[in-house]
Amino acid sequence: MSVDSRSEPLGVPEPIRPSTSSGRAGFVPRQAQHERAFAQLATSFRILARNRLALVGGVIILLGSGMAIFAPLLATYDPYAIDIANRLKGPAADHWLGTDFLGRDTYSRIIWGARTAFQVAIGAVTIGALIGIPLGAAAGFFSSWLDAVIMRLMDAIMAFPGRLLAIALVAALGGGFGPLLIAIAISSIPQYGRLVRGVVLAQREREYVEAARMVGEPPWRILFSEILPNCSAPLVIALSLDFAHAILIESTLSFLGLGFPPPTASWGLMLKEVTPFLELQPLAAIFPGAAIAITILGFNMFGDGLRDILDPRHYQE
Amino acid sequence: MIASYVVQRLAQAVPVLLLVSLGVFLIVQLIPGDPVLVMLGADVGANVNREQYEELRHQLGFDQPLPIRYLSWVSRVVQGDLGVSLKSRRPVTELLAERYPATIWLAVTALITALFIAIPAGIIAALRQNTMVDYAAMGFSLWGIAIPNFWLALILIIIFSINLGWLPSIGYANPTADPGRFLRHAIMPAIVLGTEMAAHLTRYLRAEMIEQLSQDYVRAARARGLSPVRVILRHAARNSLLAVVTIVGLQTARLLGGATIVEMIFSWPGAASLLLEGIYARDYPVVQGGVLILAVTYVAVNLCVDVAYKWIDPRVRLG
Repeated sequence: MSVDSRSEPLGVPEPIRPSTSSGRAGFVPRQAQHERAFAQLATSFRILARNRLALVGGVIILLGSGMAIFAPLLATYDPYAIDIANRLKGPAADHWLGTDFLGRDTYSRIIWGARTAFQVAIGAVTIGALIGIPLGAAAGFFSSWLDAVIMRLMDAIMAFPGRLLAIALVAALGGGFGPLLIAIAISSIPQYGRLVRGVVLAQREREYVEAARMVGEPPWRILFSEILPNCSAPLVIALSLDFAHAILIESTLSFLGLGFPPPTASWGLMLKEVTPFLELQPLAAIFPGAAIAITILGFNMFGDGLRDILDPRHYQE
Repeated sequence: MIASYVVQRLAQAVPVLLLVSLGVFLIVQLIPGDPVLVMLGADVGANVNREQYEELRHQLGFDQPLPIRYLSWVSRVVQGDLGVSLKSRRPVTELLAERYPATIWLAVTALITALFIAIPAGIIAALRQNTMVDYAAMGFSLWGIAIPNFWLALILIIIFSINLGWLPSIGYANPTADPGRFLRHAIMPAIVLGTEMAAHLTRYLRAEMIEQLSQDYVRAARARGLSPVRVILRHAARNSLLAVVTIVGLQTARLLGGATIVEMIFSWPGAASLLLEGIYARDYPVVQGGVLILAVTYVAVNLCVDVAYKWIDPRVRLG
């Protein structure tokens, strides 16, 4: 795996490496800087749109986010309104995707479930990245015993197979939003830590770092404004894949009855609740699962597409 | 060289396992509720008198400070004592020994299923790059990773148990005593776990095959006039499979660490479902021992896979 090939942002030819130098030197007028940044952004979007994986993934992500943001407008029923007389109905004109075992509208609950899933995913991914990135940076930059301690901690988190750590954590902390955030965030810390550590280790001895050191920049400044910007491209990929992962864990835990308590509109919980009624209304178990699968697919495709764009040699890993 | 590598990896694993045990211990302490009360049956409405409570609490060592309790737990674990289940009053080691075989059998069946799908799919996709076959294989891979295994399990149950009535949706049979019944029970869980595994494997194998097919030795073999089938199977595919051994190992280790959800859905009496039952019943020793053993197994299998890989492929740089 080559780190160099990943050091450029979103396939834009101009590296952002000397990030602070242009601003500090003041050679480039502010207006031109803005235009250049805008041109870079436009190029990034064009490259993204040309990659079909990233394009389809991006569209799915946008649709999902739209559902989450506009849930109150898109839902046709109150997601918590119980209507026993109309329970376990199949798709029909008045209930587009049918109803669940309490007669609640499946379509409206899926729409609100998007909000639940995205809230947890955004929170968990943010926390995981905010803890993992500094830990990895410190491990790679300061080395020796600190590196060893941090990396053994990461190894310990990864020593739990699959979702076992998240399951144990929510079992201990109880279900609900906060515990889910913590459980999912903790299990995703090592991923960021290891990624950032790798980049920092590879960049640490490069000339531009040496130069910054000779100019007398303090170490933390070298780390944050010189070295860390190199992580941005692989981090975007990792964030996208981790988002998918967070949604999967949330729905898994809720399916096990350890995540969100009823009557929350959570895709995993919806599946759990209709499982005893599979024989009566199998379709009730199809739609929430499809929502999970398509959302995860979207984030994975987006991440994979980005990786193809940024590093065509990724499969050598 | 291998020996020193093994020693080095073991030295690395010891602190990790200590951290894991500390983590498991602390997590279990966080579980709300008093284990002594659970043991006395207070959670199911039994009357508990103060004296009895204090006595049992002392007997179980719960009146000791946390660090002491951790140390005594670890020292007992090292001697092979994982404590006694609060519910069934049986040793946790005994419960695990009883349930682990089912987990292993499921892992093996799932692994075979995955290899059956992934090896042909990966190789053919690489040979027919950018054709419909390739797109189908890649589509399978994308969906296989995206579909949560509990949803796939429900779909299979709807189709094969409810609609067609071909397969039992829950249960287990001893594979050595009644292989036929075991297979009928194992097909659906194995397909669920195998699909996810095959989805990852197909991708890596395809990429690796494409890489190998462009290598000089393949061109040389072709130039020597070897038949295409021979070149593909004996040369390129063989080396590609070697490269995906680590992925297979990692995935197998994960399966041996317990396929929690699948075991639960199909009422498969494995170690992971034992753990879940422990969680639902607030049976602390079972949760504590179960999580620890599953994690230790995972670390150990990973270590073996790494060592085996170094041993198979001497080109891999030791370090």
